[in-house]
Amino acid sequence: MSTLKLDPIACRAHGLCAELLPEAIDLDEWGYPLLRGGDLPAHLLPDARRAAAACPALALRVTSDVSRGRPG
Amino acid sequence: MRLLTDGPQTDLMFPDRVTLIQEVLASGLRGRGGGRFPTGLKLQAVAGRKRLVVANGCEGEPDSRKDHVLLSRSPHLVFDGISLACHAVGATEAVLCVHEGSPLLPGLRYALASRGTTGIRVVEVPRRYVASEESALVSFLGGGGAKPTVTPPRPTERGMLVDNVETLAQLAIVARVGARAFRDGETMLVTVPSGVHEVPVTTRVADLVAGPVLAGGCGGVWLSAARAADTAIGEAPGVAVLRAPRGCGLRDTASILAYLAAESARQCGPCMFGLPAIAADFAELANGVAGQALDRLRRRLPVITGRGACAHPDGAVRLAASALDVFAADVTAHTTGAGCTSTTRRTA
Repeated sequence: MSTLKLDPIACRAHGLCAELLPEAIDLDEWGYPLLRGGDLPAHLLPDARRAAAACPALALRVTSDVSRGRPG
Repeated sequence: MRLLTDGPQTDLMFPDRVTLIQEVLASGLRGRGGGRFPTGLKLQAVAGRKRLVVANGCEGEPDSRKDHVLLSRSPHLVFDGISLACHAVGATEAVLCVHEGSPLLPGLRYALASRGTTGIRVVEVPRRYVASEESALVSFLGGGGAKPTVTPPRPTERGMLVDNVETLAQLAIVARVGARAFRDGETMLVTVPSGVHEVPVTTRVADLVAGPVLAGGCGGVWLSAARAADTAIGEAPGVAVLRAPRGCGLRDTASILAYLAAESARQCGPCMFGLPAIAADFAELANGVAGQALDRLRRRLPVITGRGACAHPDGAVRLAASALDVFAADVTAHTTGAGCTSTTRRTA
């Protein structure tokens, strides 16, 4: 299964990702991405890859591994 | 009472690595830098070709003094712990980090020199709140800025063991007395308004400072009187530092949030913008200005958590949420223009 992963340090709030993948990405009031968690449905994968490729900061990626993010 | 009274170890014994790690696991020792991560698990997780032990003596939490007292009274116990940790993870080098210009430096260098060749060196770190966060220290030691980095990979995956100095001192005690004796008499250092004390980990928070109490400093939470009576200091969140509210709990919280906002490394949007926003909301709430501050807080707090590279914003959100809970009566009083309960509450 694939998920979206965001590098919060690289992200500069360009907002292209939310434009290209509104089904899975919202923007908070400061323009930063809110990723709807969990696995990406298969039909969204092509758009997800386009969104990741479009990010000027290369902050977004589509990952298919199960690497853990920072624990809370 | 061991941490503050143990002098130089003339005969530092090194049990074999596997036994040492097993003893640390069996001891139940958890980190004393605020994260409370099981130390034995961290030792096991160190992997990679080049290994380094990083002893964190920066004590970035403003009200905390325990690491300062430990390093000043029992530097050799800390150095014993560092040497044992190196042995456990197969590191030949270690650094002890303290803040730039720390008054501890001459004493530490003297104590270190008296031990001969150790592979340990003392490093000065910039005086910023987030500079002594685990990944920030690793970044700084690698020649980068003292700012948190994205994880994974965690420091252990890069061959680095980062532990608070008290944790390492505790590790030295485990090696000396064994896991069973350690568990039976486990103590910890806690900073309270009257100073630093060494107490059994089972001591109730309320027996040290009656609630409502700020447990864990700026990176901690407010505990109600009931929770404080029910919580052992060994289980309290964050670094072991306790204090009563300074006047109105909401105003106190607003001031802490302003500090946390100013100390953001400003690398991640939700922290860089979210923390000043909730600090301003809390200031409005504290000032009893009629308005939407409470609604904004309720909307914003859940949105900020988990979206930065480190736990700095999460800590601020956790603190704010605990204040709204513990000082709920004040929230009502402030938002209805009825004044504040702190004018009648006697603090311990």
